[in-house]
Amino acid sequence: MRCQECGERPATLHFTKIVNGEKTELNLCEQCAQEKGDLLNQGTDAFSIHHLLSGLMNFDQNIPTAPERSERALRCETCGLTYNQFAKSGRFGCSNCYKSFSPKLDPLFRRIHGNTTHSGKVPTRAGGQIKLKRELQSLKDELKRSIEEEAFERAAEIRDQIRELEKKIASG
Amino acid sequence: MSLQRFMKEAVSEWMRGKGPDSDIVISSRIRIARNLVEHPFPMLATDSQLEAVIEKVIGASGQEAFQQLGDFELVKMEDLSDLEKRVLIEKHLISPNLAEESRKGAVLLSNNESVSIMINEEDHIRIQCLFPGFQLKEAWNLANKIDDIFEKQLDYAFDEKRGYLTSCPTNAGTGIRASVMMHLPALVMTQQMNRILSAIGQVGLVVRGIYGEGSEALGNLFQVSNQVTLGQSEQEIIDNLESVARQIVEQERMARKQLMEKSKIVLEDKVCRSYGILQHARVIESKEAAQRLSDLRLGIDLGIINNVSANILNELMVMTQPGFLQQYSGQKLTPEQRDEKRARLIRERLLIEHHS
Ligand SMILES: [Zn+2]
Ligand SMILES: [Zn+2]
Repeated sequence: MRCQECGERPATLHFTKIVNGEKTELNLCEQCAQEKGDLLNQGTDAFSIHHLLSGLMNFDQNIPTAPERSERALRCETCGLTYNQFAKSGRFGCSNCYKSFSPKLDPLFRRIHGNTTHSGKVPTRAGGQIKLKRELQSLKDELKRSIEEEAFERAAEIRDQIRELEKKIASG
Repeated sequence: MSLQRFMKEAVSEWMRGKGPDSDIVISSRIRIARNLVEHPFPMLATDSQLEAVIEKVIGASGQEAFQQLGDFELVKMEDLSDLEKRVLIEKHLISPNLAEESRKGAVLLSNNESVSIMINEEDHIRIQCLFPGFQLKEAWNLANKIDDIFEKQLDYAFDEKRGYLTSCPTNAGTGIRASVMMHLPALVMTQQMNRILSAIGQVGLVVRGIYGEGSEALGNLFQVSNQVTLGQSEQEIIDNLESVARQIVEQERMARKQLMEKSKIVLEDKVCRSYGILQHARVIESKEAAQRLSDLRLGIDLGIINNVSANILNELMVMTQPGFLQQYSGQKLTPEQRDEKRARLIRERLLIEHHS
């Protein structure tokens, strides 16, 4: 199915919006869904954010199409919540749901908050780990580069550093 | 129980109404949502998992740094009557959701009731600080401090990209909801609220009436709060709300000044009539009581009425709610009985005023 907005890209998001008892179906690609989300957000008044949210997340259950079936299979392994259940209730089941449903969340957060990435407080203990993880990632990137450049001595050094850091992270 | 004694126990710090700009800003509130790792959110958790969350929070509150903040009491929802829960809701200390929907819900309450930490509401932990007047920063500083103390012992669900992970995606990121409760009678009287409501919507804030359903704001009391929690820092969110609230305060002051200049006698008449009704009515519905109390409070703020203390609005708005009235009477009341009781409580409260 093609996106009914641009008619170019395949429609990967299927919304059913019910306004005053009237059902409207929207089949959109991610880009168009985002634009539409922004547009819808501008008209948001004080009382409709939850309504809007559940409207946007409310996937139609009755008309299974190919991409929907794969969405239905999307399930959080930790708590067992399916993406469809999340879409219906508007509530995550556990903190791991954020990872399990991660491919779907950027457009959702953009619609709710106009943003996808946290920029506020970082907890001291969990934050320390985050710093270490960032370091680890940059070492891994460097390792990849040195291997590509065939700087094997340097690569061995980095590999040791990575092991060290991984131990530190594992021990919390 | 005498009304004076009942009030001593019933009135929270925020209702006493002493604080910066408290002629217009009734109270400032910060609420932050936190969850623990490796525990499903309350919606999906088993009873024993929820009990474990309570135990962990009790453990975290045993730290010396927390004890230094004052005396706290843990109150479990299952130990309260419906009426007692209702009173806590009317005092803004717990949410209707904690009282009615939660399993194993509990609240850790500070003795002056400026801190209430809800456990097993929609999220495992919701730290709320409620201060009188315009004190958003102070409320945030305290909530932030409690959060830091808790984090020393508790493993929070936090993700580098999404921030603090919450049950509802509308709270993710900072998990913060900052709000101010404002008394805006002059803006309502001069029909400027619609203009302000729509302007506020454009800067990521929400306004709603505090009492009553939908958009009708009983007692001209409005709550302005942030809507966005992800992508802005706590500081940005608070600064934004503070500057918008500051502008609303200025506009309300200007509207009051204009009313006094242009239609002083009409305003005096309105205030004094309401005062008379509150002093003498034998039956009064909550809607009328709210409007009359708002008029009286405006009269006090503008110096039209001199012998009544200003916190009467904050106190009586809470104490004339159904839960409170029934608590005070010590029994369940029909709506008709409540209207009678409400009128009597207001009369008695005004009498205390004149004798003190
Ligand atoms: Zn498209
Ligand atoms: Zn999950």
